[in-house]
Amino acid sequence: MNFKVLFMNQQKYIDDLNEIKEMMNKSSKFISLSGLSGISAGIIALVGAYFAWINIYSETGYQNFDRALLSWEQLIQLLGIGFITLLLAVGFGIFFTRLKTKKAKQNIWDSQTKRLLINLLIPLLSGGVFCLLILLKGYIGLIAPLTLIFYGLALVNASKYTLTEVRSLGILEIILGLIATYFIGYGLIFWCIGFGVLHIVYGIIMEVKYKS
Amino acid sequence: MKDILKDLNKAFENRIRLGIMSALVVNDYLDFNALKNLLGVTDGNLASHLKSLEKTEYIRVQKEFLDRKPNTKYSATNEGKAAFLKHIKAIEQLLK
Repeated sequence: MNFKVLFMNQQKYIDDLNEIKEMMNKSSKFISLSGLSGISAGIIALVGAYFAWINIYSETGYQNFDRALLSWEQLIQLLGIGFITLLLAVGFGIFFTRLKTKKAKQNIWDSQTKRLLINLLIPLLSGGVFCLLILLKGYIGLIAPLTLIFYGLALVNASKYTLTEVRSLGILEIILGLIATYFIGYGLIFWCIGFGVLHIVYGIIMEVKYKS
Repeated sequence: MKDILKDLNKAFENRIRLGIMSALVVNDYLDFNALKNLLGVTDGNLASHLKSLEKTEYIRVQKEFLDRKPNTKYSATNEGKAAFLKHIKAIEQLLK
């Protein structure tokens, strides 16, 4: 009799501990980030990079792959491509995450989301403005490495408030950005790896890991 | 064995109070609606559990106005955090 009571209690306490863990996670982290948004962002980035590549190398041809000389007109087109790519990637990201929060019957716009976004946007916007200023000064070659580095820093900063994998993704982006700083001129290739391939790989990992 | 059972806190026996404390120890504060969404309980149910935790002084209540709407913030007191930690440790001991 006593034994039975103890056993029943044990199950209750295991459940209690699980509840505590789940509540701590759910209340402090935004865990509905969808892996699909990573995959879609990666694919969109690759498509965007393809258009950028056509734009940059349309006149110089394949031979001069490492040398990119841009006119103002091309630059504005590139900025346009970049802007549309960003818009589409963020749009699809929100869409897929919304699907996931709806499934989990959670509100997408709660205090966790706000905290995540604020911490993501502080390094990201500073980086964005910095890159635009650098671009105006004519340092085109530094744009790809710098966007990778600032994006990585933003991810590391925001990772405290979401899935832990985001932190290692951020660190990889930073390393990639630093390597790209050394190999200036190959920016687009590093950009494809960082924003395209890494997003797709991480998206797949998260989709598999958190599929419930 | 007896000692461990003594450390288990009656205030956290209930699943909803347990959930409230779990959420409040990892957040500076949460408002009523955030807690309601997290726990998925009715207003009345949540309010009564919050009241009882407030009585034991494990949580603190702060009322303010946001855009002229009343907003109630809840946070865990130091006492509450300590008591909750003790409770978790006791459970872990029991399960060993």
